[in-house]
Amino acid sequence: MNATFYLSAAIAVLSTVLVITRANGVHALLYLVVSLLAVALVFFTLGAPFAAALEVIVYAGAIMVLFVFVVMMMNLGDAAAVREARWMEPKIWVGPSILAILLTAQLAYMLDSNTMSQPHHAIVPARAVGIAMYGPYLLCVELASMLLLAALVGAYRLAHTEHGRL
Amino acid sequence: MNLILFGLLNIVGILLMLVIGAALLTWIERRLLGFWQDRRGPNRVGPFGSLQVVADMIKILFKQDWIPPFADPVVFVLAPAVVMVAALLAFAVVPVTPSIGIAGNLNIGILFFLAMTSLSVYSVVLAGWASNNKYSLLGGMRAAAQMVSYEVFMGLALIGVVMLTGSFSLADIVRAQQELWFVVPQFLGFIVFMIAGIAETHRLPFDLPEGENELGAGFHTEYSSMKFGMFFVGEYIGIILVSAMIVILFFGGWQGPLLPPILWFAIKTGAFVGFFILLRAALPRPRYDQLMAYGWKLMLPLSLLNIAVTGAVMLTH
Repeated sequence: MNATFYLSAAIAVLSTVLVITRANGVHALLYLVVSLLAVALVFFTLGAPFAAALEVIVYAGAIMVLFVFVVMMMNLGDAAAVREARWMEPKIWVGPSILAILLTAQLAYMLDSNTMSQPHHAIVPARAVGIAMYGPYLLCVELASMLLLAALVGAYRLAHTEHGRL
Repeated sequence: MNLILFGLLNIVGILLMLVIGAALLTWIERRLLGFWQDRRGPNRVGPFGSLQVVADMIKILFKQDWIPPFADPVVFVLAPAVVMVAALLAFAVVPVTPSIGIAGNLNIGILFFLAMTSLSVYSVVLAGWASNNKYSLLGGMRAAAQMVSYEVFMGLALIGVVMLTGSFSLADIVRAQQELWFVVPQFLGFIVFMIAGIAETHRLPFDLPEGENELGAGFHTEYSSMKFGMFFVGEYIGIILVSAMIVILFFGGWQGPLLPPILWFAIKTGAFVGFFILLRAALPRPRYDQLMAYGWKLMLPLSLLNIAVTGAVMLTH
């Protein structure tokens, strides 16, 4: 289980780096899909199969398909890839690198001081997730559903303009 | 040691059965279509034309494997592989009988199946994009919208079965149908699941991503040789997969009197595969806006109603 964890974690990190460095939009999105699948495997090895399945169904299988759909509709082509590649000049990397180094240092410190608890391998069944969602976290579920409803109404309003009412 | 050997035999056996079954289906489908449309179908090669499969295989393998110069070569090659891999992986959680099956007891079986079907969208979408051809792109975009929409109803239609069983494991679901097949209490769920299944495998009447009278061949216009063959085989494996899932979720899986479990499973699955082919022979293709409106305005409310009614009945009992 440990080997699969480290392998999928390494794939997740590597593919995420490739998401940033690819100039072609669709290629970057495909690496993001791989990264999400790798994270799903990480969840699985940590004993959360339900979260792993939802990660694949919701993120890799639905949200990313819509991302790819939109990029496809724009049909960017080679010109956009060239422009994208020009934006990747060394100066761009300074800010994000400083932030990333700070986070890495923090992570190294935490690992060193052993304040992180070891991942325990108790498997969380779907039933436990459901009880938690509709028990202690009920308010969060309700808030999220209201947010989604607002987004739905907003999207309906934005798309509904062809009858002359704006 | 014996356990490992049995496991390996299981995996190889299921893989071979699927690939051979999918190849045979290309012939069975044409024969059945011929039967229903009052013509003969392929009947010349071998007894009843059954060696047509071999002839087709030889032809398709020796055709020139061509990648258009304007295509995105890596994604173009990757796309047909995705559909095969996703469909074959989904079979890992199908419990054929209590002892045959790779991971039929997986505690997230249904979710794994949904995850793999949602990943198979990528093959069609990426094929459409990588071909760099307007017809292909239109086919890919139709496929993306259609499959993402119908996935929603597919998932919702299963919730009733999961509520009645209290488990995501497919083997548990089959065992819960000892007395009564779920098609009786979950008839609405069965109808919605079957229609969503046809849309997921983009079979006629829902084959708008490859509607030949308006899009050439849709997303696989630029594909030739075995890459085209893989889309084809992937589609047939998808049909077998959806039929097997209908049998497991609503028709008691391997259960049945007298005959051994594996035969019951094969008979039931074969019946639904035949029904899929009959639908192709019988129904015309809807317009694209009709397809989407039908999904969101009829199937979604129906599947939500099914969940609400199932919940209410379970609470009163």
